[in-house]
Amino acid sequence: MNKPRPESWLRVEPRGLYVVPGDFYVDPVRPVERAVVTHGHADHARPGHAKVLATPETLAIMQARYGDRAGSGLQALGYGEPVTIGEVTVRLAPAGHVLGSAQAVLEWRGCRVVVSGDYKRRRDPTCAPFEVVPCDVFVTEATFGLPVFRHPDDRGEIAKLLHSLAVFPERTHVVGVYSLGKAQRVVRLLREAGWDGPIHVHGALQALCALYEELGVPLGPLSPATVAAKAEMAGALVLAPPSALADRWARRLADPVTAMASGWMRVRQRARQRGVELPLIISDHADWDELTRTLDEVGAPEVWVTHGNEEALVHHARQRGFRARALSVVGLGEEDEGEALGGAS
Amino acid sequence: MKAFAALLDRLVYTPQRNGKLRLLVDYFRHAPDPDRGWALAALSDGLDLKGAKPALVRALVEERTDPVLFRWSYDYVGDLAETVALIWPERPGANRPPALGEVVEALRAAGRGEVPALLARWLDALDPTERWALLKLITGGLRVGVSARLAKTAVAAFGDRPVEEVEELWHGLAPPYGALFAWLEGRGAKPELGEAAAFRPLMLATPLEESEVEALPFEEYLAEWKWDGIRVQLVARGGETRLFSRTGDDIGGAFPDILEAVDFEATLDGELLVLRDGPEGGEVAPFNDLQQRLNRKTVTAKLLQRHPAHLRLYDILFEGREDLRSLPLLPRRARLEAFVAREKPRRMDLSPLVDFASMSELEALRAAARENGIEGLMLKRKDSPYLAGRPKGPWYKWKRDPLVLDCVLMYAQRGHGKRSSFYSDYTFGAWTPEDELVPVGKAYFGFTDEELKRLDKWVRDHTTERFGPVRAVEPGLVLEVAFDAVQRSTRHKSGLALRFPRVSRIRWDKPAHEADRVETLEALVEG
Ligand SMILES: [Zn+2]
Ligand SMILES: [Zn+2]
Repeated sequence: MNKPRPESWLRVEPRGLYVVPGDFYVDPVRPVERAVVTHGHADHARPGHAKVLATPETLAIMQARYGDRAGSGLQALGYGEPVTIGEVTVRLAPAGHVLGSAQAVLEWRGCRVVVSGDYKRRRDPTCAPFEVVPCDVFVTEATFGLPVFRHPDDRGEIAKLLHSLAVFPERTHVVGVYSLGKAQRVVRLLREAGWDGPIHVHGALQALCALYEELGVPLGPLSPATVAAKAEMAGALVLAPPSALADRWARRLADPVTAMASGWMRVRQRARQRGVELPLIISDHADWDELTRTLDEVGAPEVWVTHGNEEALVHHARQRGFRARALSVVGLGEEDEGEALGGAS
Repeated sequence: MKAFAALLDRLVYTPQRNGKLRLLVDYFRHAPDPDRGWALAALSDGLDLKGAKPALVRALVEERTDPVLFRWSYDYVGDLAETVALIWPERPGANRPPALGEVVEALRAAGRGEVPALLARWLDALDPTERWALLKLITGGLRVGVSARLAKTAVAAFGDRPVEEVEELWHGLAPPYGALFAWLEGRGAKPELGEAAAFRPLMLATPLEESEVEALPFEEYLAEWKWDGIRVQLVARGGETRLFSRTGDDIGGAFPDILEAVDFEATLDGELLVLRDGPEGGEVAPFNDLQQRLNRKTVTAKLLQRHPAHLRLYDILFEGREDLRSLPLLPRRARLEAFVAREKPRRMDLSPLVDFASMSELEALRAAARENGIEGLMLKRKDSPYLAGRPKGPWYKWKRDPLVLDCVLMYAQRGHGKRSSFYSDYTFGAWTPEDELVPVGKAYFGFTDEELKRLDKWVRDHTTERFGPVRAVEPGLVLEVAFDAVQRSTRHKSGLALRFPRVSRIRWDKPAHEADRVETLEALVEG
């Protein structure tokens, strides 16, 4: 039997990517009857769906964020366990993006489509590594889809932060981090780099840090950044959501060095616009080399690009002989806490 | 290269002088010789390398990248050196990454035709931040917000020495400054100055506060006009003549007319001015005219003729080889007067003394001085030797009262460091005849911490638009702005700019439409 053409059973609709023979959406941006959710970031996991299928970690994150609005019927699916929805077999494979993040592996009549959600290829001590799943169509993000985005080794970036703490021991170092994934990864990287001093976390990060611990990612002792007096904050290391850096909250800090952990920090103008004094290029998204390597390794003859710099990645993929097109899915790429403003990730 | 690149990268993002200083000291402490010496040379504008033009760099990268992706990337990043640094295809293990010293030495030894191949080989071996630093170094102009003076201050702080001591030695030293570092680390003797026409650190004045005026023992002081030019030091020694700025930068290239006028041997302290024809011969032209002559590597004959430079002398540090700096001011002044009478140096004259019998008389003279070229008065203690740096007491500057205008707050920008959560940098404007507001200046000091809090709240409550760290606000708050003069400028849409603007008062009470108008500023333009 000939494989069905992918566009005969997968459609981009205003609500998101619709899987026709299974009657479900992947990462829908508006409430739907049945959703498969790749990971807990707010642009992928929205509240208000009736039935949600996701990894247990992603469901726990959605419940922590949305409470009852996480969905009326939550179905947990571990990595690698197949289920059938309508005529479609669904399996989740690790995406290496944040805790619980998954690629949705969809099969119908011998045609396999992998919707990878957001992903990265490098090591992350807080989540399972990306799994290469050979397929007919690979659906990819392109957040950092320009060849100027080459994330350096994250250990070097943490070393920059520790060096700064040594040069400016009396100044508070406040690091802007997204609350899901980045915060916990930076904590783990600091621990691995041998930082045994206290790490203060802004109130908005505490719930997800506690959840990571509960889900088996040890972070070590964290102190609240909300109760400390200004004098105690001299030389302290504080993690806070990016929105708090410019906020009145930051005034409790002693002459702060404002750092920001994000892939966008690679481009100086972007870092400057955000008033950052210590840019740390740490990203939970694939950089250009990871994106292009993944296309080669997955080996799908056809590539669909959902969001980010679609144009450049499509151009590159075509040069390499792939059939490639941009899906331009609306609503993705606006991760957490004002990412749309200047970009996080 | 790694440590130097990391230093430049960090300096670019560090706005505070003190922060930059700490980063530089830390670098000098950890980087090896000769790298740190070359870095010091690069940061103090003392490194003259065979460079590469942007077109060459572009050609190299275009051989190695997809042209469409390069164009999109360049559009996105906006800066050629940075785009190239980021997009250059990695070749891990291609070569061993070079140290800064190797790069500099290879460039000095290479012929011009060899530069592209060297550059490509290094770019292959370096990481993106190092590539960026290399490209900045090789395409000229680091532009990381470090002045030569700051670099010297940092190296002095690294050795726990006053900066004046390093400045005095500076022109006898050559990169990579091995002897300097050895001395600063206590491993070697203090370098000798030799016969060079060397810069001698200046003696600087402190501002005279209003509260100090009455108690000042005025009979112990000489008074002179404070000229509105730039402070310079002219050094002629052993057939060599140099003109230095206050911070020891050699600015002689822009003032050949002064250098040509020298046919004596001495070190003189004075004010560099531009003269123009006046009713009684040469008179001091507005500061703007002097600005035409500054920051140039070469000058045209036309510029020399239209804006002739002039040196108004007020002190003598060396006459011939004789060091006069330990003499008190009165005999030094006598030596200067005799020197000028004897040598009659062209393009130079003596800064006259101002006679006065009481402080109130002096105050009246200062208030009346409104002509071009005078900023106020200098008061110098008659018994003061010439001391490097800014000792408090022997020399005072007493500026005339500033001008003030009521301006309307237009934009506010977030500050840095302690002020990073405050909107603390203000752009203000004045009304045009069409009742539009146009920016005329920017100020970020002149208010207390309490006022800053209130200003910040006002900005947040009256924001109309946001662009990155900047907010546009409703035209509803009047700032009384003090400044020294109004100049023509292309920086602002109004065509005008205020010199040394600072917020003198916040006029919470005053309606914005009663603020000053552009015509009022026009009337104050110097000239
Ligand atoms: Zn995500
Ligand atoms: Zn996303």
